[in-house]
Amino acid sequence: MVQFNLPKNSKILKGQYFKDKTGSSNLKIVHIYRWDPDKNENPREDTFEIDLNSCGNKVLDILNKIKNEIDSSLTFRRSCAHGVCGSCAMNVDGVNTLSCMKSHKEIKGDLRIFPLPHLKVVKDLVADLSKLYRQYESIEPWLKTKNSKSKKNEINQSKKSREKLDGLYECIMCACCSTSCPSYWWNSEKYLGPAVLLQAYRWISDSRDDEKKERLKKVADKLKLYGCHTIMNCASSCPKGLNPAKAIGSIKKMLATS
Amino acid sequence: MSAYNIVDHEYDVLVVGAGGSGLRAAVGLSESGLKTACISKVFPTRSHTAAAQGGISAALGNAGEDDWRWHMYDTVKGSDWLGDQDCIEYLCKEAPSAVIELEHYGVPFSRTKDGKIYQRAFGGMTKNYGNEPVQRTCAAADRTGHAILHTLYGQALKHKTEFFIEYFALDLLMKNGECKGVIAWNLNDGTIHRFRSHITILATGGYGKIYFSATAAHSCTGDGNGMVLRAGLPLQDMEFVQFHPTGLYGIGCLISEAVRGEGGYLLNSKGERFMERYAPKAKDLASRDVVSRSMAIEINEGRGIGENKDHIHLHIDHIDPKIIENRLPGISESVETFVHRDVTKDPIPVVPTVHYNMGGIPANYKAEVLNSNGKDKTVPGLMAIGEAACVSVHGANRLGSNSLIDLVVFGKSAAKRAIELIKPNTPHDEISKTETEKSLDRFDKLRNGNGSNKTAELRLSMQKTMQEKCAVFRTEKTLKQGVDEIKKPFEGMESISVKDKSLIFNTDLVETLEFDNLIRQAITTMESAYHRKESRGAHAREDFPKRDDKNFMKHTLSWHNGKEVKINYRKVNLSTLTNDVQTFPPKERVY
Repeated sequence: MVQFNLPKNSKILKGQYFKDKTGSSNLKIVHIYRWDPDKNENPREDTFEIDLNSCGNKVLDILNKIKNEIDSSLTFRRSCAHGVCGSCAMNVDGVNTLSCMKSHKEIKGDLRIFPLPHLKVVKDLVADLSKLYRQYESIEPWLKTKNSKSKKNEINQSKKSREKLDGLYECIMCACCSTSCPSYWWNSEKYLGPAVLLQAYRWISDSRDDEKKERLKKVADKLKLYGCHTIMNCASSCPKGLNPAKAIGSIKKMLATS
Repeated sequence: MSAYNIVDHEYDVLVVGAGGSGLRAAVGLSESGLKTACISKVFPTRSHTAAAQGGISAALGNAGEDDWRWHMYDTVKGSDWLGDQDCIEYLCKEAPSAVIELEHYGVPFSRTKDGKIYQRAFGGMTKNYGNEPVQRTCAAADRTGHAILHTLYGQALKHKTEFFIEYFALDLLMKNGECKGVIAWNLNDGTIHRFRSHITILATGGYGKIYFSATAAHSCTGDGNGMVLRAGLPLQDMEFVQFHPTGLYGIGCLISEAVRGEGGYLLNSKGERFMERYAPKAKDLASRDVVSRSMAIEINEGRGIGENKDHIHLHIDHIDPKIIENRLPGISESVETFVHRDVTKDPIPVVPTVHYNMGGIPANYKAEVLNSNGKDKTVPGLMAIGEAACVSVHGANRLGSNSLIDLVVFGKSAAKRAIELIKPNTPHDEISKTETEKSLDRFDKLRNGNGSNKTAELRLSMQKTMQEKCAVFRTEKTLKQGVDEIKKPFEGMESISVKDKSLIFNTDLVETLEFDNLIRQAITTMESAYHRKESRGAHAREDFPKRDDKNFMKHTLSWHNGKEVKINYRKVNLSTLTNDVQTFPPKERVY
């Protein structure tokens, strides 16, 4: 049997326990992953007792409450708080989601919050997304047109052609899908992953783009595209209700029939 | 102190901020071959432009006849004659080509049945100088800002703009009244960076977070405005804070004006369409300040909805669900997510919510920053665009969908002007050590704060004061109290406490630096409001209910030297830029 050792810091230790000081009877127990890059220590799981009577309904409200009232060193990204900027993507109760959209009331028992899985952790809940951003650049996410198009008017696009972009252009690049994909965990150096492939398909599908064939050719790679094994975690984790797996399937179909 | 290692960079142009305006400027600059860097405290697509919903205005005439002069008239009227007419002319005239350019960049605009960009009605946008509503607002469903932001980021990648992402700008580097660059902190590895640039463009957005309830993101802290104040330069028209009529009650999430543009209407607790009383002609599509005030009056007079009679209902349940699905899908999703209602069946609970800052860094239509000691002069090396800037095209009140167009028109204009100004291969000036150290001293002092006041507590105290004393309606009494009270959280910084002392992704310190920026803007906003003893646009004084053109048709300038505020004024420009259009002289503003 093969034996292997996990790196030392993969073991998460028990961290601090922050007891409720309000005397509330409506408490939620929240466990949060913590890791400080400045200290040569293992990651830990801190536990907070949260008074739900003085807290909003979303997971982000809990994080804000901790940061404002209990431990200001808790580190996480967040911005719009309305599900449009994609900053606060994290793993909540075992599922990748936006903490600003996820209601903690739907979660029975203790709440566990971790960074997006299988990424290098920068600090606490902040993960390093730079590889995914580079992959996004690699699909050249801009419209490519031949010079013959008049700059005076818009490029004509029928309602029907425009509809083909629905379900694609709405992606906010939160990375919930890619970091829930086992294929991407194992092969993120080469496989582009669902978020980036959804965007590749967005440009392939745009009737105004003149380089559909080149785009298809570029993505038609054993690993870049065919790393997808239709596990479908991407579709179930997308907080915007998009379906990257379907888009990937469509690219494969286009290649098979072209 | 100053045991900080500094990494040096040299660029022709440095853009601070990567929202709609910063990216549009960066695209133009990179395309021209100038060595361009863009630094941002968040990844570009996280910028708050992403939250803009309803659309971007331009007189394309895709849904009936339109003219950029009509757009100009509407904008001047919307501004309550505080906007500068040369700049408004530039904005409205350049708008159509700027939108066509966005479309060629790839923005997925919704379409009309003949394949053109879809345009919808919006508040204050009219035909033939105020006659009837016009469909001028170009839309990508109700996700127009998102669509534009992602497209512009793609264009910046195409033109190989150099991005410095998750860098927090600390201060401007000034020398003899000229801007020579910016000092910034890289959150990902904790290093300090000094960017020397011939031109620095501030595209740092608004400062909605001085208020408790706002549609603004956590990151909307006006960092560029804060830097400008610390550099001894003034901000302009800070008292003009737009309350959006329809923020989601209890949540603050924006419910686009597009809902009313597509036929939605407001009802009070008696089931009355009360806007008919306040704006007989435009009704629910009057401009935002008018609708917000009307809602506030309804609530104050006891006709609000709910247990506390403190909100209003927005209805679109009479509209075909298919149209809602097609044109307002984001709104439906937000209402479902945050208040669990189905907009095709139930009304949306809304309340006027802080949304936009008309005020900011004074600039001309070429985006050059202005200083004034009675006479305007430009600040060499410094430009400002987008919500951070006060050009002023929005004057005392911005029209919906005029902010997205402001971003791209003046982002483009800034790039054009920088290209004119920068001579190739110009060497960079030396920056004195004291200038760098001054900034790092502040950084270090805050980082090592071991006092008794938590940043979050000071911020909350500031936000509550602004919310209570500088709201939709203002009086001498509340503003005087506000002027005194708002100083307290600023003084509280003397004994600030920052728990996290590290340099890598220290968001405790980021929030403290953001608070340092916010509180200076809160103070200048309150003081500017106190000194304007008239009602104009978004600034409504109960004790001075009329507009006073004789005494107050002027821009407020406010300086903050770290101790006190100085107020002065500069002239509104009523002259147009060219002879293509004539000045619109002031008159009473009725919708």
